Amino acid sequence: MAASIVSLRNVEKWYGNNHVVKDMNLEIEEGEFLTLLGPSGCGKTTTLRMIAGFEDATEGSIEVQGVRVEEKEPFQRDVNTVFQNYSLFPHMTVYDNVAYGPTIRKVPKDEIRRRVTEMLELVQMADYEKRKPEALSGGQKQRIAIARALINNPRVLLLDEPLGALDLKLRKQMQIELKRLQKKLGITFVYVTHDQEEAMTMSDRIAVMRDGVILQMGVPMEIYERPATRFVADFIGESNVLEGRVTGVEEGVLLVETPAGGVRCRGRGFGVGDALCVAIRPEYLRVSREPVAGFSLPATVKDFIYMGALIKTSLDLKNGQEVKLSRLEADPALREGDAVHIWWEAEKAVAIHDDSRVGAVREAAVC
Amino acid sequence: MLKREGTRRGKKRHSRLPLLAQAGPVSLWMILFVTIPMLFIIYISFMTRGTFGGVEYVFSTDSYQTLLDVVYFKVIAKSFQVAVVTTVLCLLVGYPFAYYIARKPPEVASRLIMLIMIPFWTNSLMRLNAWMLLFQANGPVNHALMALGLTAEPIKFIYTDWLVMLGLITNMLPFAVLPMYSSIEKLQKSMLEASADLGAKPSVTFLRVTLPLTFPGIFSAIILTFIPALGIYTVTDMLGGGKVLYIGNIIKNQFGAIRNWPLGAALSVLLLAITALLIFIYMRFAKLEDMEVV
Repeated sequence: MAASIVSLRNVEKWYGNNHVVKDMNLEIEEGEFLTLLGPSGCGKTTTLRMIAGFEDATEGSIEVQGVRVEEKEPFQRDVNTVFQNYSLFPHMTVYDNVAYGPTIRKVPKDEIRRRVTEMLELVQMADYEKRKPEALSGGQKQRIAIARALINNPRVLLLDEPLGALDLKLRKQMQIELKRLQKKLGITFVYVTHDQEEAMTMSDRIAVMRDGVILQMGVPMEIYERPATRFVADFIGESNVLEGRVTGVEEGVLLVETPAGGVRCRGRGFGVGDALCVAIRPEYLRVSREPVAGFSLPATVKDFIYMGALIKTSLDLKNGQEVKLSRLEADPALREGDAVHIWWEAEKAVAIHDDSRVGAVREAAVC
Repeated sequence: MLKREGTRRGKKRHSRLPLLAQAGPVSLWMILFVTIPMLFIIYISFMTRGTFGGVEYVFSTDSYQTLLDVVYFKVIAKSFQVAVVTTVLCLLVGYPFAYYIARKPPEVASRLIMLIMIPFWTNSLMRLNAWMLLFQANGPVNHALMALGLTAEPIKFIYTDWLVMLGLITNMLPFAVLPMYSSIEKLQKSMLEASADLGAKPSVTFLRVTLPLTFPGIFSAIILTFIPALGIYTVTDMLGGGKVLYIGNIIKNQFGAIRNWPLGAALSVLLLAITALLIFIYMRFAKLEDMEVV
């Protein structure tokens, strides 16, 4: 395992009676692109701001490069931030904005000139150094904000929803550029977003947060393929979630009885009688006209949604629950109202904790 | 790209409105209530003083020749000195205060602003009389000082320069605080955070970010404090007792007791010219600085 460049240990944050970050333990590895992903109010921005020094942790320790920083002011910390609203200084030119950090550190003038030029070239904004921020578009401001942070050679760059204000197309383009930049420079990026697709696109690792707790941490594929909890399964991509109870275990495969019928899935740490949820991605659902050996659930085709690259089909199970199925191509034989059977390969479905109930979050996070 | 397009469209819409329709009502108002009275003052300043007061409409430059007397130079210098000190003190007191208010939650801020506004809404004669009562020989301030044993004899506060200054500062403070408050309040907290994030100590952040970004408010505060402080006569009349002469008092006296309207008018024109010149220099200076940054 690579060395941690940022460590959060037992970090707590309270705003009055509001417990925003709960017993957070986070090891951020040198050179990785780590994303804190979660809905608004999950504590991801607060966590970032505690690393930057804009917020004090109520309890716990924060280390950057092995040095505790809780007592250090933001200007004493070796991290730099790219703010959500860019926060470029409106009274300074692009050049002066980027030169701000080295100017304050009293770097010699020609050295500053060299580095500013280098940074502006890096973010492809070399022609804009005489402009004021007000004369830049959102994407250009973002590039300048990144250059202004990177010129200080931070070991860790903190990014707080930096692409949130951009339109979709530009956002996608900037995602790829940011990821390439991070790879090229080898700097650790800690990235905050509520956009799961953005997190999947860019991250080496993702920490999925809710209510001040990290529910699951892992590489994007792991998070997608093996969500740890119902919330993660729902939040990352789309999932069909069936509630049920374990009735048997066969060679690592769980037999689960759900209101819609008996199903199979994989899952560890569950025993007969345990309540759980079975999560299955829409692309792994299969349809058959006849019941299938092993298991299958009777369902009725409800409607089709054409989404360009994908066709989505909604089906009603016998208990009235709706499940979604997605395919690259439509099955021409399927019609609305058809009675069919759905099934899946047992290893494609995962058993997960149901953390939609209060109090289950912490328990699930430990697993 | 989008942003740039937006501003371009905005400009176009702006210019579609005929200039006259935009500026017409304001211009009319300005001509009626500012330009015409001002021209009239200039006109009178070139007339002859009537034998029993008033104006005789005969051209003369007597008033301006009178102004060449060194006495007037001294009065103007004195008035400037007081106005400058008042302005500087208003800024020094007002800026931290405005900053403090601006960083409070809105409901607290509006209450604090109310506290500034209450004396401002009080009749100024009443306010000045209150100062007189407070500071007179057997007033509460002297009583308190004597009770504390800080002085054996009552101190003479009334009709001194510093009481005039106190009166001016308390009179002008709202005009200094409000524009600075609105500037500071608009300053985004993330600007300060960005500065700190980039390694600036709070003092550096203040000089490089806070101060330049709140400069428009400071500039308004200077204009709104300095110009009235230069011409005001109520405060100087009452708290200064007319013993120390300021340009405002002299003008008032020329139009009032002395009834030398042309001289009063000439003094007004002089005051106006000086003020206009100062504003002009300041604007030029501000513009140059702006261009340098661009």
